[in-house]
Amino acid sequence: MKIVIMGCGRVGSRLAGMLTDDGHSVTILDTDAHSFQRFLPGFKGTALVGNGTDEEALKRAGIEEADVFFALTGGDNRNIMAAQIAKHIFNVPRVICRIKDPLRQELYSTLGLETFTPTTLFAQMLKEKLEG
Amino acid sequence: MYVIVVGGGRVGYYLVKALLDEGHEVVMVEMDARVCEAVCDELGSVCFHGDGCEVATLTEVGTDRADMLVAVTGDDEDNLVACQVAKHRFNVPRTIARIGNPQNEVLFKKLGVDVTVSGTSVILEHIEEEVPTHPLIHLMAIEDSGLEVVEIKIPPEAATVGKSVRELSLPRDSKLALFIRKKGKNRVPTLNTIIRAEDRVIALTTPEAEEELRVALRGE
Repeated sequence: MKIVIMGCGRVGSRLAGMLTDDGHSVTILDTDAHSFQRFLPGFKGTALVGNGTDEEALKRAGIEEADVFFALTGGDNRNIMAAQIAKHIFNVPRVICRIKDPLRQELYSTLGLETFTPTTLFAQMLKEKLEG
Repeated sequence: MYVIVVGGGRVGYYLVKALLDEGHEVVMVEMDARVCEAVCDELGSVCFHGDGCEVATLTEVGTDRADMLVAVTGDDEDNLVACQVAKHRFNVPRTIARIGNPQNEVLFKKLGVDVTVSGTSVILEHIEEEVPTHPLIHLMAIEDSGLEVVEIKIPPEAATVGKSVRELSLPRDSKLALFIRKKGKNRVPTLNTIIRAEDRVIALTTPEAEEELRVALRGE
């Protein structure tokens, strides 16, 4: 599959590594070239400096042929905007968006965006850990 | 009207000031506590400290009874989300977003933002106007109609100088509204109006037809 990831933080870089290892073609976008130092040795994907909320940058990353788009920057609004561009302008078949604010996540999932919130997931996990 | 303004930068500040002067009920939402304090010192307690994209904040300022939300922060993504939350969560009838990247206009409209204002485009248009060689100037877009008002200059060497409007093959979607003349009286053109060198033609057209209109008027 052709996968575009926006945001090369800890999650983005790790996911990119895992997906290329599985044989997918991965392009990862970040506004800061320093973040590409996070890749583990042997990363075979493409890393591009660019803003994922900018249509031109997304085109350079190959969004028009992408099967999947992940929005994984630290900013909820940036992720929301990029995900909506991918979905509504470029018609990417599958768009997955991280939103930390649970209320915002709820709203956008009712608007048809595939979203997940690490906040709730992590809290839930910790609770389950405590309850054994 | 009850208007919520998200963002307390310069645009937000002067907007709130103008809206208050017009007698509207206005609340500004600003993330930076210090900015908030400064605004309240100057304009009275009109600034609420909080994140204008957050449901909790917007609930607190009574967004459900707002007639309009205007998002004028410096970031397009924040303005988009503020407007979408207002529209979809609180059913605010009218949302207006400031955009920095003119490309985002299409996206924002598609995503339900009622009006977008692009500072960049406005400045670009003014620059266009100041460049005398520019053949077509966008004066304004008429909202929700697909129409725009443009100005086209007729250069002295244009092939159409001396011809009447009747002789031009104007695109169907376009209408000539006014000829501004360098000498003599400005006139509302009829089919018999003769085109003169250095006329400025004000016309109503569509973005699709503007190129054809320019070519027809200048005989290019």
